[in-house]
Amino acid sequence: MQQFANPRRFLKLIDAVEPWAWAFTVILLAVGLYLSLVVAPQDYQQGETVRIMFVHVPAAWMALLAYLDMALASAVAIIFRHPLADIAAKAAAPIGACFTFLALATGSLWGKPMWGTWWVWDARLTSMFVLFLLYLGYIAIWHAIDDPGRAARIAAIVALVGCINLPIIKFSVDWWNTLHQPASVFRIGGPTLHPAILAPLLVMGAAYLALFVTLHLTAIRAEIMARRLRQMELARADEV
Amino acid sequence: MELQITDLGCIRGGRLVFAGLSLRADGGSLTLLRGPNGAGKTSLLRLIAGVAEPDHGRIALHGGNAALTLSQQCHFVGDRDAAKLHLTVAENLRFWGDFLDGGDLDRALDSFGLKALAGLQAAVLSTGQRRRLALSRLALVARPLWLLDEPTVGLDAQSRQRLVALMSAHLASGGIILAATHVELGLAGIELSLGEAPTRGIAAQ
Amino acid sequence: MTALAAVITRDLRLALRQGGGAGIALGFFLTVLVLIPLGIGPDVALLARIAPGTLWIALLLSVLLSADRIFEPDHDDGSLEIMTLGPVPLELIVLAKAAAHWLATALPMALAAPFLGLLLNLDPALLLPLGLSMLPASLALSLLASLVAAVTVGLKRGGLLLSILALPLYLPALIFGVAASAGDDTLSASRSAALLILLALVLLALVIAPFAGAAALRAHLR
Repeated sequence: MQQFANPRRFLKLIDAVEPWAWAFTVILLAVGLYLSLVVAPQDYQQGETVRIMFVHVPAAWMALLAYLDMALASAVAIIFRHPLADIAAKAAAPIGACFTFLALATGSLWGKPMWGTWWVWDARLTSMFVLFLLYLGYIAIWHAIDDPGRAARIAAIVALVGCINLPIIKFSVDWWNTLHQPASVFRIGGPTLHPAILAPLLVMGAAYLALFVTLHLTAIRAEIMARRLRQMELARADEV
Repeated sequence: MELQITDLGCIRGGRLVFAGLSLRADGGSLTLLRGPNGAGKTSLLRLIAGVAEPDHGRIALHGGNAALTLSQQCHFVGDRDAAKLHLTVAENLRFWGDFLDGGDLDRALDSFGLKALAGLQAAVLSTGQRRRLALSRLALVARPLWLLDEPTVGLDAQSRQRLVALMSAHLASGGIILAATHVELGLAGIELSLGEAPTRGIAAQ
Repeated sequence: MTALAAVITRDLRLALRQGGGAGIALGFFLTVLVLIPLGIGPDVALLARIAPGTLWIALLLSVLLSADRIFEPDHDDGSLEIMTLGPVPLELIVLAKAAAHWLATALPMALAAPFLGLLLNLDPALLLPLGLSMLPASLALSLLASLVAAVTVGLKRGGLLLSILALPLYLPALIFGVAASAGDDTLSASRSAALLILLALVLLALVIAPFAGAAALRAHLR
């Protein structure tokens, strides 16, 4: 049974790639932040606060991407029973949850000057909030089940059902929003994106993606190490 | 009829329970599973029953009903009674009879002397009586393969005799029995000891 | 009697004898209804406005409350293991238990809820739309409850976890259910559209719940 046949090789791969991944991430973030904070123009309506968009929007993208990554890893785990797939899914969850929280927090900060309140239940923020709950539920499942094999299977099912539910939630919340609010004058997406705003946004998006990948690799390594530790502890218990 | 198990492996809770287990049980044979607690006797029985999935290996019943899965041709009596406390003895058995497709209620009630208790709710039965209710399933529906996990626990001497008689009759009619038990049943059987193989330990890299 | 019919009748019989079916759920429902005016104030106009949404939320929570009884008892006493030895696949067993839960708990609640809404000064004209939308929705709620119950069976603090996992699944049914029972005449076109979408959600739950639920049960039985 080749339970941990691959992770050793994968660990070597991560060790080799990691410094480069961090370097790449830092460079992209530096460039992106420079473009966002210095180069991009002010918004005629919002002034300087529009710059929060460069932190908020890519965070929202990553929040969603991380969940899709988790769902894909879960699907691979169920179909191919590859042990790394379970680990990848588990590792992605807290990172995705953090990105979601970041998106929610920056969304709130961005909106405060405009709406006058710390929170508003518009379609996008509400969907993001539910996504946060999906992450919490998934992470909770891993903690609730002791047997790692069983936890992996159940978590995979939770991730996939959640993934199927995501577009339905988005659709439902959008519908709900149009029912209860007239077409809002202000869209949190901001005015139509013209090139001066698009370029920094894309760079920040790439930076966040690099950050996610780097953190994900680190988290996968940590999870593999944690499992090895447990295996060693089990072996110790068996010796006695 | 023949139960054939090839190279069976089981990992639970990150631990290797057993690996490379192979056995053959012919019709009319009794296989006694021995071994310390945690050796994997219960896991083995559950794997054969199809309740759990093995991590490695194959289990096949040759000469049985080709239209049915192995699970549908076996009885599994584990450490729990599968009895609803708020249903009567008769209602419990009637449910399993209906569910497992078939069912001779009278024969089941007589098998362990539960006829007098038939109208009582399982909640008022003693532990031993509930055990007898669980074992009555064996006489309720005819299935060729019996997988018994410590079946004598909680039984008094008379009930134990009834169980042995039932098992004896089943073997005589060509059925297969695998039983994990510490007790001497007085029946001739092949012994399989678990928990002594050198493969006990953590899955190798 | 077929295997599935046996499962449903047994579960219904147990629900009647043990209680913990519609009775307790209804009790919880009434508790929520009492807390609302206590928390918000007895202004009847305000209560009438929030009545439909409140009834839906109370229905969701009440169904959730009874969800951990769907598989837990069978898992605890070993019945679930023996059920895997039967002639029907686990997927259909999940479906049968969801059906039993619906008949015993969710459906009676859905029938009673609109009338109990009169406690919140619900506009009587809304009784029919509420009933028509809560009936199919209750089936979706039972199916999804079975799915989440299967995922969390045997876990410590499973009840809390069950709620966290179930609410995102219930969200679409809540949104379209409320929309389908809306009272404003200008929204009648969207009301029938919402009802159709609600029915589609029921069909989706009918497909997903058995497969995902059975997969989860198999993982737990390992």
